[in-house]
Amino acid sequence: MEKLETTCPNTWCPGCGNFGVLQAIKMAIEDIVQKGTPRENIVLVSDIGCNSKIADYLNLNSFYSLHGRSIVTGEGIKLGNPDLKVIVFIGDGAALDEGISHLIHAAKRNSDVNVIMHNNRLFALTTGQFTAVSPKGLKGKSTPEGSIEEPLNPLELMLASNASFIARSYSSKFEHLKNLIIDAVNHKGFSFIEVLQPCPSFFNSMELYNKSSYEAVNSELESKEKAMQLIKEWNYNGETKIPLGLFYKKDRMYYEEEMTKHLEKDKEPDIKKCLTTHL
Amino acid sequence: MKNTKEFSIIVGGAAGQGSRKAGLIIAKIFNDLGYNIFIHEDYQSLIKGGHNFSQIRASEKEILSHVGKADFLLALDERTMKEHEKDLAENGTIVFNQDKVKSENGIGIVADTITKELEGLPIMSNTALLGGFAKVVGIDWESLEEVLRKEIGKGIEKNLEIAKKAYDSVSEVLKVDKLKNNPKPLLTGNEALSLGAVKAGLEVYFAYPMTPATGILHYLAEHEKDLNVVVSQLENEIAVAVAAAGSAYSGKRTMAGSSGGGFALMTETISLAAMAEIPLVFVNSQRSGPATGVPTYTGQTDLLFTLASGHGDFLRFVIAPGDVNETCYWSGELMNLAWKYQTPSILLIDKELSESTFSFDENVLDNIQKKEGLLWDGKGEYKRYLNTPDGISPMAFPGQNAIIKATSYEHDEYGLSVEDKENIVMMQEKRMRKFKEMEKEVELLEAVKVYGNIDSKTAVVCWGSTKGAVKEAAEELGLKVIQPIILQPFPIKQFKDALKGVEKLVLIELGALGQMEQVLNSQGIKVDAKVLKYDMRPFTPEELVAKLKNI
Repeated sequence: MEKLETTCPNTWCPGCGNFGVLQAIKMAIEDIVQKGTPRENIVLVSDIGCNSKIADYLNLNSFYSLHGRSIVTGEGIKLGNPDLKVIVFIGDGAALDEGISHLIHAAKRNSDVNVIMHNNRLFALTTGQFTAVSPKGLKGKSTPEGSIEEPLNPLELMLASNASFIARSYSSKFEHLKNLIIDAVNHKGFSFIEVLQPCPSFFNSMELYNKSSYEAVNSELESKEKAMQLIKEWNYNGETKIPLGLFYKKDRMYYEEEMTKHLEKDKEPDIKKCLTTHL
Repeated sequence: MKNTKEFSIIVGGAAGQGSRKAGLIIAKIFNDLGYNIFIHEDYQSLIKGGHNFSQIRASEKEILSHVGKADFLLALDERTMKEHEKDLAENGTIVFNQDKVKSENGIGIVADTITKELEGLPIMSNTALLGGFAKVVGIDWESLEEVLRKEIGKGIEKNLEIAKKAYDSVSEVLKVDKLKNNPKPLLTGNEALSLGAVKAGLEVYFAYPMTPATGILHYLAEHEKDLNVVVSQLENEIAVAVAAAGSAYSGKRTMAGSSGGGFALMTETISLAAMAEIPLVFVNSQRSGPATGVPTYTGQTDLLFTLASGHGDFLRFVIAPGDVNETCYWSGELMNLAWKYQTPSILLIDKELSESTFSFDENVLDNIQKKEGLLWDGKGEYKRYLNTPDGISPMAFPGQNAIIKATSYEHDEYGLSVEDKENIVMMQEKRMRKFKEMEKEVELLEAVKVYGNIDSKTAVVCWGSTKGAVKEAAEELGLKVIQPIILQPFPIKQFKDALKGVEKLVLIELGALGQMEQVLNSQGIKVDAKVLKYDMRPFTPEELVAKLKNI
């Protein structure tokens, strides 16, 4: 396979969790292409933020979109050409602050896009401010006394939004993440993978994740109750156990399939027929 | 009656009484008789109650606006009577629902009583009034029945019973002449722009409901099978615009429509499309603003906003058609221009164009052909932003054997982010060369139209939907009319040609500021006088004649 790297110099900080995601996605793409998906049918969509630089580092089709808008950009691409495999890279700030409505609606309508949310639990490229998943008390430049807001549990939100594939991984476990990405891409419908990602410059949670995360085994993937139990184990504030893995998966009709089923290939629009209704 | 080949009819009632449908049926009756049609819709932002009316004009000549005075007033309720008695022309006739309206003059029809007797639904009183009106103007029963059968699906037999009883209850006052013309399709601007875009290859339409652009969403959704298009309603206009950018990136001709406030939310994507060089058509159908304004009333107050929509240094096509045929044609042509120059392009219309009904010339559709943009030949290494002499880079789409990188960041030829001076300057200059090509292009198109007395030293300048009333008034007064249709890039050569011999330039605009003056001033053109109106009701020709006489 033609190389996956571009000539673009990597500007992530040393030790950044994003390197793990980059490694995992490369491995996943190699696998996906090897198993028959044409490389040119893969489209990466990235948002704005440290994580989204990934589009520059991968020699694949990509749309480097606007802040908060990558998920719905991906939905537009998928609706335009349902043959494409769309993988969206987005940070927690973009997914849960700027673009939260798009995240909820993409899950609700079961758009066949795969969302990888790099969760470093703060805005990093703007030098450290709280996001919707920052722990209460996070001291950032906009909250020198500590953030007063409780964090949102993004996976709980996804379950409530009827996302059909919900998972969590950790950037240091790129083999684990790779497998989840492959499963997500193969899943017909919306998939959401949260990737815990330490930010060595502003919020280094590597010690916590190394200590507290564990690979959970879930044999009842279609059970929302079971999923909720796992999702609730960690509340994004404390230092309890943090389960990783696929928490929920349930197939249902996906948006782009339903929305394009009336289309006929190469059919000329019948404007004359429409005009007859105007006489 | 002034001219038996021209009629103006107001039909009004509370929302839910079916006055709009009644108006359309009247228009179709006259259309079948060979008349040209214009229907102005006046309605409030509510679902039941209030006061709605349609103003139908039927004429043997081409008409593009309604007139102030009505030859017939059809009153379904008392309020219609109160509000519009003053609009009745001398010798005009009132046809009214005698069960709801008290009137000394005119022809009363016991519409509610008839409907009740025949066990119809309350809304069918409008059919009773229609039946009575048809008889008054000498329409034969068979013609009325034909139109009713076409327009009313559910409960047609009951409606016909009611219409017939009302028809037989009154006597003929006059006989409307049948003209030699064939009936033409009656289309709103929203419908015409939908068809024009489809003719130029529209494949995907995104929208969030907002008056007065909602009609595009409804129309394309209703006809999605016949037109072979995908119609998607998303969570908000921000989503709509950027999803449209994604769809266009995937290679599909895509359009996104809204009105002022919703269009404002789309502007971040307009900027994105400029940077990423994505061909994308937006519709901004203006309504009365600022903010929520008066949602169901018209205006031309988004001109400067639209011309400057999206942050950053770039040009976008902005085209403002003035009637139904122009709306259809330019909607298609704008799609082609967007794809030729890979740039955001905006069709700027307003409520009056979007929702008024016009006689449509089908031949316009024959003048629209889908024109391909510059496509990659598939040879060698692909560079999405290849630095070409005219600034236009060949397009390729995902699925082709290429790496296609679109980006909101400043970028190199491959579409990789850059921050170095050389690349920034190179890409800015590439885009600037493209804008120069766009400027040249507009001068090759019919970007400015001239009507009326071309030798007049006084010219009126109008743009968009005011064209109809302005043209009619200017023709009556012997003035010249200049209508710029393409507003960005501004067709300065054509406009200056149109100005030759003009000593006094009068701007007519529906808004408090007269924004076109600023546009013209920026091109070095002075406006000598302005006729403005900001009650957000469209101009009528009579009104403009009166105002222009004093200038």
